[in-house]
Amino acid sequence: MNLSSKKSAISYLSHNYELYLFLLPTIIYIIIFHYVPMYGVQIAFRNFIATKGISGSEWVGFAHFQRFFNSYYFGELIRNTLTLSITSLAAGFPVPIIFALLLNQLTNIRYKKIIQTVTYAPYFISTVVIVGMIIIFLSPRTGLVNHLIRFFGGEAVFFMSKPEWFRPLYILSNIWQNTGWGAIIYIASLSKIDPTLHEAAIMDGATKIDRIIHIDIPGIIPTVVIILILNLGSVMSVGFEKVYLMQNSLNSQTSEIISTYVYKTGMLGAQFSFSAAVGLFNSVINFILLAIVNKIAQKMSDVSLW
Amino acid sequence: MSLLSRTKSDIVFDWVNNIILTIILLLVLYPLYFVAIASISDPVLVSGGEVWFVPRKVTFEGYGRVFNDPNIISGYKNSLVYAISGTSINLAMTLTAAYALSRKNLIGRNVISFFLAFTMFFSGGMIPTFLIVNNLGMVNKIWAMIIPNAVGVWNIIIARTFLQTSIPRELYESATIDGCSHTKFFTSIVLPLSKALIAILILFYGVGHWNSFFNALIYLRDTKLFPLQLVLRGILIQNQMELSMVKDQDLLAERQNIAEIIKYSLIIIASLPLLVLYPFLQKYFVKGVMIGSLKG
Repeated sequence: MNLSSKKSAISYLSHNYELYLFLLPTIIYIIIFHYVPMYGVQIAFRNFIATKGISGSEWVGFAHFQRFFNSYYFGELIRNTLTLSITSLAAGFPVPIIFALLLNQLTNIRYKKIIQTVTYAPYFISTVVIVGMIIIFLSPRTGLVNHLIRFFGGEAVFFMSKPEWFRPLYILSNIWQNTGWGAIIYIASLSKIDPTLHEAAIMDGATKIDRIIHIDIPGIIPTVVIILILNLGSVMSVGFEKVYLMQNSLNSQTSEIISTYVYKTGMLGAQFSFSAAVGLFNSVINFILLAIVNKIAQKMSDVSLW
Repeated sequence: MSLLSRTKSDIVFDWVNNIILTIILLLVLYPLYFVAIASISDPVLVSGGEVWFVPRKVTFEGYGRVFNDPNIISGYKNSLVYAISGTSINLAMTLTAAYALSRKNLIGRNVISFFLAFTMFFSGGMIPTFLIVNNLGMVNKIWAMIIPNAVGVWNIIIARTFLQTSIPRELYESATIDGCSHTKFFTSIVLPLSKALIAILILFYGVGHWNSFFNALIYLRDTKLFPLQLVLRGILIQNQMELSMVKDQDLLAERQNIAEIIKYSLIIIASLPLLVLYPFLQKYFVKGVMIGSLKG
């Protein structure tokens, strides 16, 4: 290092040291609450005993993973996790897109605003309240839905205790809650489509449906791809909170997923190492999925996350 | 001929479209509307399936009982404390970090960005994170509700993108010529120009804190510290009612009906802060979602 570069380094720091001070709290936080737990992930390969600390605990290699892979609930957990997340995505992903396309064609601007205001609102309701509402509405004796079923001559259905109802309820309530909010990004990208395209198409005699198919849909494809990648990448991390809250001993056959299992064995059962192994397995799969999907998207179009 | 068929097809489309969107509107609105009317109707009629479109035999007993419950009041207070203090820390850390990362001349900018972004794709998981919080002595303390979520990397990226695109470079350059420091520039120029960003961050972080349930579930043991969502879970999902809410002299059947109306009132009260903020923040939604979708 010669004198002038030393001098410029000093001058750089004297002008910009504040930027590093600005970043300091965030970096310390990220190290403590994100990187230290990554280091702590090694308890998945040890028999963790709190008093011995992480590095003092006995190394057991893949023993916990083997136990998990060989256990009789392994197949069920993987199946439940994948089925729930893939069906949620398949059913839930197209809805905001269709909703945005239809809303975009609405000629009455005030009505459009009203619909938007109402449909955004459920996004802000907490998971606890959503699940509470599901339970109240579906109550066999007093619930709205069962009153309606009885009104049309049917028999009350015990929705919450039937394993076959868990997934439809989870997915439908997700659609109810997230469609409006999910549509915002598509509505915004529809509004960026060049209006002269539409004008030219109208001149050529294109109907509204023609224009949706040939102008609107191609126009929002890049946005759709990005959102799809983001969603596919989190296929294995289907939300813990809602599943956990909707779960009970009667529907656990379909509602037990990896994250609820990690919580139960780790937090409630105090099997820290085993549960950390299950969690690590989940995040590794998740990471691989995200990388694969991103690669595919990169190949097929120019859109990618990194 | 073609002109005629075009307009005909469009007219049909508009009709069908209006009908579909109106059905969607009603499907979203009705459950919310029903909770509102059920919360002020006679519980016997609600449970009996006789309230559908308008409140009947209006009573505010549900609200009365909710407001008399010490657990709900303390949950409400705790949630307000967690949300306000948590969001303040979130804002301070997010805005300062985002400002630093938005400066193109920051040496090590890419390394630091990667260091942050990596945590979005890979995490240690529930158990190792719990062990850290436990080792730091935060379990069953108010800190556990604030510090483990002190900043969100995604929100830093949103904020950085916003600052990069909306604060003109020339502004900083002319400010430095006048000998303006980063701190001064940040507080007197960047912050006043970032009202939309701050609104978006308050929305995302504030709603997150108010609705958060998971951290309280794993870190808190003492019911006095429970946020509202955990109290709600007890009442709405696990069906635990305190004696103070359902009085002894109530008959068993009546008790069940009152338990129902309490739930409806509780849902309304729990969502109140968001309902109040909603109209003020709504105009920023699109901006917030759009910044998040930009890369770079």
